[in-house]
Order: sequence, then C-alpha cells, then structure tokens
Amino acid sequence: MGSIVVDVMLKPEILDPQGQAVAGALPRLGFDGFTDVRQGKRFVLTVDGDVTDEHLAAAREAAEKLLSNPVIEDVVAVHVLDEQAAAAEGSGEAEDGEQ
Amino acid sequence: MKVGVVTFPGSLDDRDAARAVRECGGEAVPLWHGDADLKGVDAVILPGGFSYGDYLRCGAIARFAPVMDALVPAAQGGLPVLGICNGFQVLTESHLLPGALIRNDHRKFNCVDQRLVVENASTAWTSDFEAGQEITIVLKNGEGGFVADEKTLDVLEGEGRVVFRYVPDADGRNPNGSYRHIAGITNERGNVVGLMPHPEHAVEAGYGPSLDGRGFFTSIIKQTLESAATA
Repeated sequence: MGSIVVDVMLKPEILDPQGQAVAGALPRLGFDGFTDVRQGKRFVLTVDGDVTDEHLAAAREAAEKLLSNPVIEDVVAVHVLDEQAAAAEGSGEAEDGEQ
Repeated sequence: MKVGVVTFPGSLDDRDAARAVRECGGEAVPLWHGDADLKGVDAVILPGGFSYGDYLRCGAIARFAPVMDALVPAAQGGLPVLGICNGFQVLTESHLLPGALIRNDHRKFNCVDQRLVVENASTAWTSDFEAGQEITIVLKNGEGGFVADEKTLDVLEGEGRVVFRYVPDADGRNPNGSYRHIAGITNERGNVVGLMPHPEHAVEAGYGPSLDGRGFFTSIIKQTLESAATA
C-alpha cells in the first residue's frame, strides 16, 4: 500500500489569519524566536499496491482541481510518501521491517 | 416566474431564500445538490450556510455536486444566478466569479446589520436599485474576506463589476478585510452575482434591519417577466 503526499500553501501575498493566530500564541509559550507563521495543508492519498507514475499524475491533477484553489493557493509538493523515512522522522530513530 | 433554490448538505438559508422569493411574488422551486436538474427554472439562488461543513475550503466540495454540472453551463449561457454568502464562495470556487473568500482578517465571526453601497444597478439582480444607493442588510460570516490579485481587482473596477461595497467604519475598515471594501461582484454578462451579505433576511417587516433585501428578488422577477414578454 503506497501513499502520495500533496502539500498546499496559501500564496505568499494572501493574508493567513490562522497563521497569525498561531504566531500570536507562540510567544505566550516562550517560543519567541519565530517572526512569522504560515499554515498549510497536507493531504495523504493512499493507493492499492505501489505508487505508479499514473497515480502521481492523477494526484497532481487532483491537487490542481480540488485540493487547492489556484486563485489563493500553491501546490508546493506532490511526492511519494516514504513510509520508513516518515516513521524514522516521527520516532526520532530508524525502525526496520514493519510495513 | 420560477426561482430555483439549491440545497447542499449544510445549507442553512435555503428556506429563507425560498421564502423571500415568495414574499416578492415569485415561485420558489427547491433544487437538490444530488440532481443535475434545474427543473426549468428562470433563475437560481445558491444560499448561505456551511455546505459540506466548509471542509477543504468553503464551497470547494459543493462546487463539484451534480447540480453544479447543470448550473455552471447554464450560468455561462446567461441564466441569472445569485450566490449569497456560502453561495458566493461556491461561485468563486466554480470560477463563475473571480477572486476568493478567505477568513475574516480579525478572525471573528461577523453578525451585524451592514451598510452597503450599490455600485452597479444594471445586473439581473440589482436593477430595482439605483447606483449609489445605500442599503442595510444582514452580514454573518467567518470567511468573507474578498481577495483577488491587483490585476483582477482593476478589471472588476474598470468594467463596473463591483456590485456592492461595504461602507467602511470610522477607522476606514470593512467588516472582514475585503480588498477595496468589495462585498459583491458580477460576471462580465451581469447575470451571475455573488455577495457575502444576506438580502433574504431583509424582506419582511418585523424581521431584519430593513426591507432593502426585496430589491434583489423584485429585480430578478421583473427582468424574467420582461425577457419572457420580449421572447
């Protein structure tokens, strides 16, 4: 079972009130080194079997047609999810063997 | 004179819109999101609410409902369509109108009696107003900030396609951060109009801030009767 990740961000010139709300909350928790926050969206599209070029092409089309609104948003990445790398990143250590 | 009112999952103001049509002398025809059938109506209203829970983006999923497969080409062919609030969001997501609606710049939900200036009184939905007229109708939204790139805004202004503008407050601010105080716009042909405020909540004495909303519905009823007479 493979997955494709689609990342969508508001265009830089579009105001991001949600990001601003987060930016306002960070200093209250002591995180005062961040000068700006932009909030985006991540979609994980799962397919039967391995991800093929056709799956990727369909994901790119879906990203432009539905997952993003090109008036206000950019599709910044469409790529195959590397499960092991994601797991290693998530747990902070390499895991092996598990699917 | 039949005005269709579409109900999506999560529409809230479909019944109010239908009632407003009847109050102003038209026949309201319920249209269902799952049917690609406009039932021979003379005009269509996309009502306010939270279609599909505002998931993904406001109006983004409703835009691909079966009824839209019939509505989009009909609107491109000249069928009068009014999008109110969530309906306006559906129209921008459908690319029947340019720009987009984003979260209010102050991040609070609005619910106010809002003063607007009618900028264009020659659309299918505003002919009973006069250009420059001020009206007061209800505004209630969380994501009503109208945005578009500078070029698009200039085109809208240059072609007289800004239909309504918010009257800014003493600090020069409008209620949701809309660029150039834009509350409503139209397409090139003037048959498709979208706005964030709610005319359907201002049609009956004792309910709402005024009767100013009636002009939307009397305009479309009159225009449809006239075009039927000349057809």
